[in-house]
Amino acid sequence: MGRPVAILGSGQTVHGRRFDVSYPELVKEAVDAVFETTGISPADIDGVVFGTMPSMMEGVALTHFYFADVLRSVGKPILKTETCGSTGVSLAITGYYWIASGMADLVLVVGSEKMHEGDAQATMTTVLEPFYQRFFISGAPGVFSMQSQGWTVRFGIPEDKIRAAATKLSIDHHHDAFDNPYAHIKKRLTEDEVNNARIITYPVRLWDVCPTSDGACAMLFASEKAAKKLGKKVAWVKGVGYSGDEYWFGDSDKAEWQCAISASRQAYEMAGIKNPRKELDVAEVYNPFTFQELLFYECFGFCGFGEACDLTLKGVFGRDGELPISPSGGVLCTNPIGATGLNRVAEAALQVTGQAGAHQIPGAKTSLAHAMGGVVQFNGVMILGSEK
Amino acid sequence: MEKEFNTFKNVIRLPHKYAAGPTYTKFYNGLKESKILGTRCPSCAVTFVPARSFCPKCMKNLDTWVEVAQEGEVQTWTYAGKDFFGIPGKAPVVIVLVKLDGTEGSFLHLIGGINLESADTVKKALRKGTRVKAVWNEEKKGHMLDIKYFAPLSKKR
Repeated sequence: MGRPVAILGSGQTVHGRRFDVSYPELVKEAVDAVFETTGISPADIDGVVFGTMPSMMEGVALTHFYFADVLRSVGKPILKTETCGSTGVSLAITGYYWIASGMADLVLVVGSEKMHEGDAQATMTTVLEPFYQRFFISGAPGVFSMQSQGWTVRFGIPEDKIRAAATKLSIDHHHDAFDNPYAHIKKRLTEDEVNNARIITYPVRLWDVCPTSDGACAMLFASEKAAKKLGKKVAWVKGVGYSGDEYWFGDSDKAEWQCAISASRQAYEMAGIKNPRKELDVAEVYNPFTFQELLFYECFGFCGFGEACDLTLKGVFGRDGELPISPSGGVLCTNPIGATGLNRVAEAALQVTGQAGAHQIPGAKTSLAHAMGGVVQFNGVMILGSEK
Repeated sequence: MEKEFNTFKNVIRLPHKYAAGPTYTKFYNGLKESKILGTRCPSCAVTFVPARSFCPKCMKNLDTWVEVAQEGEVQTWTYAGKDFFGIPGKAPVVIVLVKLDGTEGSFLHLIGGINLESADTVKKALRKGTRVKAVWNEEKKGHMLDIKYFAPLSKKR
């Protein structure tokens, strides 16, 4: 199982259209923030983990080289991890492995994206093979919409019900974002505005989709020894899980989505979680699309298959519900892809250390962070706790 | 974010020439003759279409070729009303995952021959299980889009 691993703290930038700074300056903002928050000296880190979405997004390859100085990585080992949307949780798991293995005591983990500088849709097209499938599923919304449609039909969910549940999630998350100082889109929406927004790819409408954001997130992962030396409240990694599908879209069942199921079960088993809805106090679910968020509740065992819409409409997953989901506003409001998954881990850590501010879930002791990537292909889950 | 500074424009153009290999080449050549070719796994007996060179489950090389049916069933679909990068042709388009008869369903393509005016008009013509048939372009280039689209066989549900 490896050694216990702690998270000492995080630094998130404000997200949005960040043409006020160059890309290295944006990354520096997050890195400076994590060192300032924790009081750790950059000289004390043993190594650096960095990642973004595919480098076509940046137009600069080897971004870990581009940012070598601001990452304080000169003279130290540096690893790059890149799994598209799930990059952030992959980064956190890479940092976790490094500490758990005993090969390092203090690792800086950073993810970033400056999406307004490039073309996210075109970049995601390059994730697909050029022979059979690229023509038809370039970009993100199409595959997610087909996944939603498959799920809706499988469980016989009436269209008005799934629409109502998705609308509730959209209104709640855009409202939650007001309490998150780092969030990008903060908006008070009405049911009519969400229901009648223009269709992106049916059934997904404008307010069902995340924005493209510029932003970065930095975190410090540490051994028990380094955590004790710090002498402050830290979050502990209780479980990790990561799982992927076959390559070809169509080979795997995306409705009862095996890699989402198995990533969560790996993490639950490691953390000793039997009933996630009862045992988790808060979850930061990767929710770039409202419809997909509902599907994740079911794959993660927060409820049975076909139940997510009803329970969402009853408020089970709201801020004051049994298991609050993404009180930060989540990916739906803020999506700097390479940083997005790490933001989930950072938020989950803030929650179990009581530092989430206006969107703190009172008394949260156990939290879940999740990210999804590839071409609806990868899922990563990390469980954090307030005690070792 | 109140103040924005200079920006610097840059376009990177990276031409590639992808080797199709024997399997993809044979599949594309089949399209030129209005044939849809698949490969069958000797171990699990699954027929993959478009043709693949190995079975992802059994890891057997696939060299048993079969001409598959040009009709099948809609598995799932989506409607895009506006153009986006990489879209096949011009919006509106309907992207569909089709299970061709006798094969495993991983055939992505377009839907045509129906009213594409809005998601509502598409919903009337299409759902999981709708029977569809390949409609070919006159001119063949050895390309996935030699098939113009898949069209529903009838409006019966």
